[in-house]
Amino acid sequence: MLEILQYGFMQNAITAAILASIACGIIGVYVVVKKIVFISGGISHASFGGIGVGYYLGINPLYGLIPFSLLSAVVMGLVSKRAKVAEDTLIGILWSLGMAIGIVFIYLTPGYAPDLLSYLFGNILTVPRSDIYLMLALDVVIIVLVYAFYKEFMALCFDEEFAKVAGINIERLYLLLLCLIALTIVLLIKVVGIILIIALLTMPATLSRHYTNDLRKMMYLAIFFGAVFSVAGLFLSYIFDIPSGATIILVMSTVYILHFVYDGVKPKKAG
Amino acid sequence: MTEVIDLKDIWVSYDDVSVLEAVNLTVEDKDFLAIIGPNGGGKSTLLKVILGLIKPDRGSVKLLGGNPKKTRKYVGYVPQYISSNLEFPINVWEVVLMGRLSHKGPFRSFNEEDKKAAEDALSTVGMLDFRDRQIGELSGGQKQRVFIARSLVTHPRLLILDEPSTGIDSRRQKEFYELLNRLKSEIAILMVTHDISALSVYVDKIACLNKQLHYHNSKEVSPEDLEATYQCPVELIAHGVPHRVLKLH
Repeated sequence: MLEILQYGFMQNAITAAILASIACGIIGVYVVVKKIVFISGGISHASFGGIGVGYYLGINPLYGLIPFSLLSAVVMGLVSKRAKVAEDTLIGILWSLGMAIGIVFIYLTPGYAPDLLSYLFGNILTVPRSDIYLMLALDVVIIVLVYAFYKEFMALCFDEEFAKVAGINIERLYLLLLCLIALTIVLLIKVVGIILIIALLTMPATLSRHYTNDLRKMMYLAIFFGAVFSVAGLFLSYIFDIPSGATIILVMSTVYILHFVYDGVKPKKAG
Repeated sequence: MTEVIDLKDIWVSYDDVSVLEAVNLTVEDKDFLAIIGPNGGGKSTLLKVILGLIKPDRGSVKLLGGNPKKTRKYVGYVPQYISSNLEFPINVWEVVLMGRLSHKGPFRSFNEEDKKAAEDALSTVGMLDFRDRQIGELSGGQKQRVFIARSLVTHPRLLILDEPSTGIDSRRQKEFYELLNRLKSEIAILMVTHDISALSVYVDKIACLNKQLHYHNSKEVSPEDLEATYQCPVELIAHGVPHRVLKLH
């Protein structure tokens, strides 16, 4: 069983899973406590447009994805806060718009779009070394920015109105948070794909909330859960020869559901 | 010294529906002013105008002598606690330290001075023993005291409270108003409320707001003011002569 660790692709896959868990643990906690799951789903689906543009231009689709996902984050953030239409309606529209752009560009790209399915459903076993370096760089960016704005993000998520009066530019900070979500999506896309990202972003963080009342500890725990579940899912997918992204999500959901059921049986803890 | 708040001829409307009309208001140092009025009467809007969160259609706003966007960080602000996310993983200590945010920038963590200020504020409101408690575990009154502590850590000249008695049971309200009463010896307090019962004893001045502000720079509220504000006759019960809100009638 352990001999599979000698394969280069498996080492890359495990490294990628752990790098993805770091971003997803930190940012997932914000997504859960600030209750912005829907807009995060919107950003991740809309970024499909960037994949399409990447194919069309003949570059690594990840390089099309980064600017496009950041753009989607900023547009969704601005439009949802400023327009006088219900926020969820607008997010739903932009969600589909981004995907439609992606589909059209892929159609216009001459020839066959290789790996298209791996962007939609993830395929961690095909992550090349160059993507690992990109993931590492994105992790560093996310960690530095969260360290720098830790207090400010906490105030934003806990009490926006107070933070505003305390002199914080709430809109800019919220857009920064959405951009960090966009970068996390870039990191996660190879692991589980656009369609399944939202589960990876929310489940480790939600689970960690059951064990601590401290934001920082929640992040550490979420990283730990994410890493354990994704590596476990990776092995299971190898053993049973089934898609890795979906297996990771199945492992996570199973643990979460069991936890939920167990929690429902035992007396509820306050907080 | 300049006035703490100085509003001149403020008009605000949302989509052509008028919310505030010709509002004038001055608050001096160490005033304890309560603004009462029906729901939808413009109380929250008025607070937002004072804090520079809404720009009025007409009129001038001065907070601590300057543009509220610049000066609001020197004001202690206690929003309705319902506005905050109470399931959030944060304890009392972290909430109070948050009050020092206006003095900080990114990358800078809280230092000894911030911690000292937070500790002092928590003991002022009598909540120091609760510093490690999760905010969601506290009762309504305890939460409100923590939020007051958060607003005190910058040693403000003015404290603004939005419906502070919401969620506090009546037994605890007395305690709560006594805390405000102690604070007013040093800072001006402006409070918006629909809870008329507690006003008579502790508040120095009362204004009635329903689009227009009826205010005589005193504690006395005429029955005509109340009627104009609530648009129906309101009966106020005066608790003993020394604390009468209504004139004898």
